[in-house]
Amino acid sequence: MYKYAIKRILLMIPTLIGAGLLVFMLMRMIPGDVCEIRLGGTGLMVDKEQIEICRDSLGLNQSMAKQFYDFAVGIATLEFGDSMWTGRPVTEEIAIRFQLTLQIAIMATLTAVIIALPFGVISAIKQNTWMDYCIRVFSIAGIATPSFWLGIMIILGLLIASQHLFGEPWMMPIEYTPIWEDPLANLSQTIWPAVAVGYRYAAVVVRMTRSAMLEVLREDYVRTARAKGLFEKVIINQHALKNALLPVITLVGIEFAFLIGGLVVTEQVFNLNGLGKLFVDAVLDHDFTLTQALVMMVVAVFVVVNLLVDLIYAWVDPRIHYS
Amino acid sequence: MGFASKNRVTNPKFWEASGGWSLDSLLEITDLTTEFDTSDGVVRAVGGISYSVGVGEVVAIVGESGCGKSVGAMSILRLIPEPPGRIAKGQVLFEGRDLLKLSNAEIRDVRGRDIAMVFQEPMTSLNPVLSIGRQLTETLLRHTDMSESQAKDRALDLLRQVGISDPARRLTQYPHHLSGGMRQRAMIAMALCCEPKLIIADEPTTALDVTIQAQILELMKDLSERLGVAQLIITHNLGVVARYAKRVNVMYAGKIVEMGTAKEIYHHPRHPYTLGLLASVPRLDQPRGTILIPIEGQPPDLTRLDEGCAFRPRCRFATDRCAYEIPELESVAGDHMSACWQHEDLDQKKGTAA
Repeated sequence: MYKYAIKRILLMIPTLIGAGLLVFMLMRMIPGDVCEIRLGGTGLMVDKEQIEICRDSLGLNQSMAKQFYDFAVGIATLEFGDSMWTGRPVTEEIAIRFQLTLQIAIMATLTAVIIALPFGVISAIKQNTWMDYCIRVFSIAGIATPSFWLGIMIILGLLIASQHLFGEPWMMPIEYTPIWEDPLANLSQTIWPAVAVGYRYAAVVVRMTRSAMLEVLREDYVRTARAKGLFEKVIINQHALKNALLPVITLVGIEFAFLIGGLVVTEQVFNLNGLGKLFVDAVLDHDFTLTQALVMMVVAVFVVVNLLVDLIYAWVDPRIHYS
Repeated sequence: MGFASKNRVTNPKFWEASGGWSLDSLLEITDLTTEFDTSDGVVRAVGGISYSVGVGEVVAIVGESGCGKSVGAMSILRLIPEPPGRIAKGQVLFEGRDLLKLSNAEIRDVRGRDIAMVFQEPMTSLNPVLSIGRQLTETLLRHTDMSESQAKDRALDLLRQVGISDPARRLTQYPHHLSGGMRQRAMIAMALCCEPKLIIADEPTTALDVTIQAQILELMKDLSERLGVAQLIITHNLGVVARYAKRVNVMYAGKIVEMGTAKEIYHHPRHPYTLGLLASVPRLDQPRGTILIPIEGQPPDLTRLDEGCAFRPRCRFATDRCAYEIPELESVAGDHMSACWQHEDLDQKKGTAA
């Protein structure tokens, strides 16, 4: 098992090289660069020489091979360089936002799993009853509702409700407070985006849990468990659910990794300064160093989460054995 | 091997009230009817069957695939998924109690404790993600007052009894670590857990290869004799019947078409279907080179049964009467019953037609 994990971690290297090469080339295929945008954006007369000076200082005039070499060496030595736009170290830019994004991703995942597992299971065992229908409507609605729209509705709902209840409208704080400094302030900000994202997430997981459970409940070993006179609760929770969990774990893993890099619109709605916003800004600014570092980070998260999912597989299902 | 079993129900009234013959009758099924709702209409998978199993007796139910054997057996413990299935009518008396009238909690107490089941596919019938030990002990923990360590000891003992080597290691293993025969042995050990009075074995050897089949059957016979457990063996294998069962019920299209002792059924079959079944398998008591005669055609579509005998389209002896009147089970000789209009003449006709 350890050998397998180490092998998988080593296999990350070619994946990262491939992803690095791809993002490096894609960024440079987009017309324009950070210097043109920065100087063009000032509204002043654009001086060609100044642009060249800027390019020289950022190393954009060097050959592609040299640029890629520097980038690759930088990644290998965990030296990601400075943002081409702000001039601050890339790691610093990412670090202040990573915490927020990670927290929301974890909270959304928890929301989703806590809602989805019981709902999915109930929906499966009460198939084609009113409970099943309610849960299916709830989950279809979750898949059909864009997170940003739900986010807007949550904000409006909070404003109106607080106006009615307390006489003055309440708005969630827009400044991020780490959870260990002031949990209340932190949660009052992060819980709403977590719910907005978690709803869709939960909806997808409910459907997966339901269909996996329905399949497992038809298995012979569930019939065997019944023939043993076991209580229905034991049959569902211990015999069936454990078998139904594999696809659900995969889905949760993929969704979680996705949330680390993909909360763009929801962050806009809730005015959060997270990785999604940073990502969009970096691409729009043609900030090569920052974009490359972000892409590499998301790739690493995906690979690590996939590895974790595979290891959890082996733990849940004894038939899966890695060597 | 005695141990305290909680709430094991014996019904003293039953023993007093019952007459001489039903004293040794453990299971008595009367007019059991099981239906399924399908998109093509109601399928009567089991159409009113009646038979009994005595204490410690081995009874076989024989028939082709899809003739209602398994559904009939599953109906005894009410393991038919509802919906779409439904036990429409009938009575399943087990030690005098009608299992069909018990509450869900009561039937759960009977399952695994008084009546245990062994299923066809040991690979799919064992839970792949739970250890053998866990699957063995859970039945004990559910039905008895044993502690975990007592249950574990009993599980070890059971694995030894069914001939599994190195039982201590097997307890921690999972079904995929075991071979097909081992899995079926483990399955039988699970069935024996609470010393049931009846084991229903639904094609226990179909999924196993031939050498293992014999081993498993010998094991079941041996255990049955030693522990006095009655068995209801569901099979399409007449060899199994001849060797292990005392009495045989032949089923076709959801009905019992012939019943009697194994000897009678085997040597003096009185229903064309039984005759066909026997002619289609090789027999050691026939001269070598005897040609096997398959039963032509397929079992009927149960949604489209008419008022005639269901076997008629495939029957070599069918007459006009078979088309509009369903023959009922009638005594041929003593307990030997057949549901055929011509059961009396079948012996002579057999010679001319074959």
